[in-house]
Amino acid sequence: MTKTILEMRGITKTFPGVKALSDVNLDVREGEIHAICGENGAGKSTLMKVLSGVYPTGSYDGQIIYQGEEQHFKSISDSEHKGIVIIHQELALVPLLSIAENIFLGNEQARGGIIDWDETRDGARKLLKMVGLKEDPDTLITNIGVGKQQLVEIAKALSKQVQLLILDEPTASLSEKDSQALLDLLLEFKKQGITSIIISHKLNEISRIADRVTVIRDGKAIETMNTEDITEDRIITSMVGRALNDRYPKRTPNVGEVVLEVRNWNVFHPQHRERQIIRDVNINLRKGEVVGIAGLMGSGRTEFAMSVFGKSYGQKISGEVFVNGQKVDTSSVDKSIRNGIAYATEDRKTYGLNLIDHIKHNTTIANLMGVSRWGVIDDLAELDAANDYRKKTNIRSSSVYQVVGNLSGGNQQKVVLSKWLYANPDVLILDEPTRGIDVGAKYEIYTIINQLAAQGKAILVISSEMPELLGITDRLYVMNEGRIVGEMPTSEASQEKIMRSIVRAEGKAS
Amino acid sequence: MTTETAPTGTGSAAQPAQAHEMTLIGALRANMRDYGLLLALILIMLFFQYFTNGVLFKPVNLTNIILQNSYIIVMALGMLLVIVAGHIDLSVGSVSGFIGALAAMLMVGWDFPPELAFLAHPLIAGAICLVAGAAIGAAQGYIIAYHRVPAFIVTLAGMLIFKGLSLAILAGKSVGPFPAEFQMLSAGFIPDIVGPITMPWLAENGQNVVLHSTTMVIAILAIVGMVFFSIRGRGRRLARGYDVEPFSLFIIKNVVIAALVLFFAYMLASYRGLPNVLVVMGVLIAFFVFMTKRLTFGRRIYALGGNLKAAALSGIKTERTTFYIFAIMGALAALAGMIYAARLNSATPKAGQGLELDVIAAVFIGGASALGGVGQVAGAVIGAFIMGVMNNGMSIMGVNIDWQQMIKGVVLLAAVFFDLYNKNRSA
Repeated sequence: MTKTILEMRGITKTFPGVKALSDVNLDVREGEIHAICGENGAGKSTLMKVLSGVYPTGSYDGQIIYQGEEQHFKSISDSEHKGIVIIHQELALVPLLSIAENIFLGNEQARGGIIDWDETRDGARKLLKMVGLKEDPDTLITNIGVGKQQLVEIAKALSKQVQLLILDEPTASLSEKDSQALLDLLLEFKKQGITSIIISHKLNEISRIADRVTVIRDGKAIETMNTEDITEDRIITSMVGRALNDRYPKRTPNVGEVVLEVRNWNVFHPQHRERQIIRDVNINLRKGEVVGIAGLMGSGRTEFAMSVFGKSYGQKISGEVFVNGQKVDTSSVDKSIRNGIAYATEDRKTYGLNLIDHIKHNTTIANLMGVSRWGVIDDLAELDAANDYRKKTNIRSSSVYQVVGNLSGGNQQKVVLSKWLYANPDVLILDEPTRGIDVGAKYEIYTIINQLAAQGKAILVISSEMPELLGITDRLYVMNEGRIVGEMPTSEASQEKIMRSIVRAEGKAS
Repeated sequence: MTTETAPTGTGSAAQPAQAHEMTLIGALRANMRDYGLLLALILIMLFFQYFTNGVLFKPVNLTNIILQNSYIIVMALGMLLVIVAGHIDLSVGSVSGFIGALAAMLMVGWDFPPELAFLAHPLIAGAICLVAGAAIGAAQGYIIAYHRVPAFIVTLAGMLIFKGLSLAILAGKSVGPFPAEFQMLSAGFIPDIVGPITMPWLAENGQNVVLHSTTMVIAILAIVGMVFFSIRGRGRRLARGYDVEPFSLFIIKNVVIAALVLFFAYMLASYRGLPNVLVVMGVLIAFFVFMTKRLTFGRRIYALGGNLKAAALSGIKTERTTFYIFAIMGALAALAGMIYAARLNSATPKAGQGLELDVIAAVFIGGASALGGVGQVAGAVIGAFIMGVMNNGMSIMGVNIDWQQMIKGVVLLAAVFFDLYNKNRSA
C-alpha cells in the first residue's frame, strides 16, 4: 500500500458569478503519475492553481494536505519550497536569456548577490543530462524549439528539488517525437520516486503513462479510475457525461469542380534567404471537399498556408494561385480575402483574435465591408451579423458583447470560425482547428466543417492529430520538409500509410 | 458625447417591476466607468467652486477654461488614436510650437515679394500650416509604420528636431502680433445673429444679465438633435428586437445631459457667447466620436491596437492605417499650434514645449490603455478638462506652481491606478 502524498479535500473556488470548483476531492499517491482530464473550462487548471498557491489560501474553501500536513500556501514560492512545481501550458521562459540563466531564474547560484557562473553552468549541465537534453547551457532559449524548451522547464523544476511535478498540457504544442520523449522522461522520473500530475487532452497519452485518472466535469470531480480500468471510451464518457459513439460526425461528400489550385509554389525562409522552406508544391481543392495536409511538426504546412494567404510568411515566393479557374493575386491578405481565400490560424490567441474586444467586433473585422457603406458601419447590421454567426457556430456566451479573452478555448475557436465564415470565402484553410480544445467542442467544430462542405465550400485542414485527419477529410496530402510526398483518398489512408510516405521521403532525401 | 452602452441583462417589457429596477442598477453598473469619469469632473468642478469662493463657475472663468485648454483637447483627439493604436507621439508639443512659429513667419516675419504676398493671408497661411503639420506627422508615421522604428524613438527625435527648428526660424525671438483675422481663431466669439436678450429679472448688483441668444439657440438645437437621435436609435433597436437600456435610465441620461448642456450654454451666453475655438473643437470632437464608433477606419485602429498580428491576418492594412494616424496627429498638432499662437498673439521659441505631456496625461486619465486597443474620445476630452479645471482652480486658489505639478502627477497616477484596479476586480 503506497502512501498518499497529496490530498485535496472539498475544494470550492468561486469567481464573480461562476463556481469554478465545487467540493472537489483529489488523492495523489506517492510516486504515481496521476492524470487529470476534463473538458476546457471544467476547472482542471483552476484546481492546479489552488494547489500551487496561485490562488492563495483563504481565496478558496477546503483543505490541502501534503505530506501529512495541512498546507496554507500564500504564493507559488510557498508551494515550491515544499517541492510542488507547476509547469504551465504557456512556458515561463525568458527568450533572450540562456538555458542556464533560465534554469536558475529566481534561484540564482550566487554568493552575496554575485552570480557564480561556473556553478551555474555546471549545475545546468547536470540537470540537462537528467532530462536528456543535449544543448550547451549558454544557448539562448529563443534558439531552441518548443520541445526542448519544455525540457528546460522540467530541468528548472528539478533544480527546485521537486517532489510533486505538475504539468499543464505539456504536449499540446509538441511534435509526436518530442511528446514521446517527454512521456518517457516522466516514466523515468517515476522510477526515481517523483510524483507527477499531468493535465492532458490527449487520451492516448494518458492511457499510456498514467497510473490513475481523475476526471473533472463542470467543476466537480466525477471519478478516479485505476490503470486497469482506463480506456479512452470510458474517459470520454466520463468527461462529456454521455457516450460519444462517434467522435467524428458522419457526412456524405458531394464533391464538385476544382475551386483552388496552387501550382509550383516555392517559398524561402523570411530571415535566411538561402533556406528553402516550401519546394514545388502543387495542390488542388474541389468544391464541397475537405482535404487534409498531414505531416510532422516543422514539415512546412503552416508556412505553406500562410505564404499562400497574402504572403504572410517567407520571402522570394513564386508560384501561381487559381480560384475557380481564374489566376488570382494573393500578394496581400486583403486581396486574398477578396479573392475568396480565408485562413484560420493555428494560434488563435496570438494571430487570430483581439482578446480585449468583444465577440461582435471580432466577428466582423475581416469583412467590415459587409456591415458598412462608404466606410460608415451600420451598428444594427453588425449586431445582426454577430448574433447570426454566434448562433450558427453555437458560441456559448452571455451575449455578443462578451470579451473574447474571457471565453474558453473552444468558444474562442468558434469566434475565429465565425469571423472567417462571415467573410464568406470559397476556400477555407483551417490550421489546427481543434488544438487545445475539448472533445465536445471538437465535435461541434467538425460539425461546422461538414456543414460548410455541404454548402459547397472547399476546406483545407492542417492537423497534427492523424486520427482527426482520417476522421474528417475526403482526401489527404502528406507533407515533409516542404514537399508534398504523398496524396491519397482518405478511404485508403491509415496512420501507417501516412508515416510510411514520410519515412520513404526522408530516406530519399538523405 | 454618446457612449455605446452595452445592453444589459434581458430587460424586456414582459418582466415584473422588481426585475426592472434590478436592470436599472445593472445598467448603471455596466456603464460605471463611462459615467464615473464625468462624475469625477463634475465633483472636481464643485470642489473648486467651493474653494475658490464661487469664482470657478463665473461665466468669464468658464470661457477662460475652454480657451486655455482648447489646444490640449485638439491634440488629445489625435493622441487618442495614436495611443489606441499602441503607439505614442512625443513630438506634438514641439511640432505645435514649430507650426506656430511657421504661421508667425508667414504672416508677419517674412517679407514676401509682391507676387508671393498672398502667402501671408491668414487663410492661406493657415492652410499651409495644416498641410505642413500633416506632412510632418506623415513623415514620422512613414518611418514608424513602414520601417518599424518604435514611435517612442521616432517622435523623441522629432521633438528635438522641431524644438530646434522653431528656434531657428524665429531666430530666437518672439514674432508677433498676428493680423486681427488670425487672432479671431482664439480670441473671437461667434456673432450674435439673433441679437442679445436682456434679462432684468436676473440682475445682479444693479448689472443686467445680457444673454448671447445665438449661443442659447445653438445649444437648444443641439439638445433637440441629441434627443431625436437617441429616441430614433432606441426605436430601431426595439424594432429589431434587441435589448435596450431601461426606460428610466434613458430618460435620466437625456435629461441630465440636456441640463448640463443648457447650464454651460447659459454660462457662456451670459459672458460673450460661444468662442470660435469651441465651435472648431465641438466639430472635431463630434467627428472623432463618429470616427471611432462608426467608421471602418476607426474600428481598424482598435483592432490593430488590440492585436496587431491578428489585425494584419484579418486583411487590415496595418502599415497604412498607422501612417494615416500619425498624419492626422500632425495636422491636429498644427491646428493646436495655431490656436496657441493666436491666443498669445505671438510665436515664441518656447511655445508648445512640454505640451505633449499634458496631452498624453489627458488621454490616460480618460481611460486609454498604454498597451493599446482601449480608449474613448469622450474620455480623452473629459481627461483634458479634468487637468484644465485643476490648473485653473489651483491657480485661482493661489496654489504654488510646485504644488500644482505634484498634485497633477498624483491625480494622473491615481486615475490610472483606479482604472486598472477596477478592471482587475471585474475580470
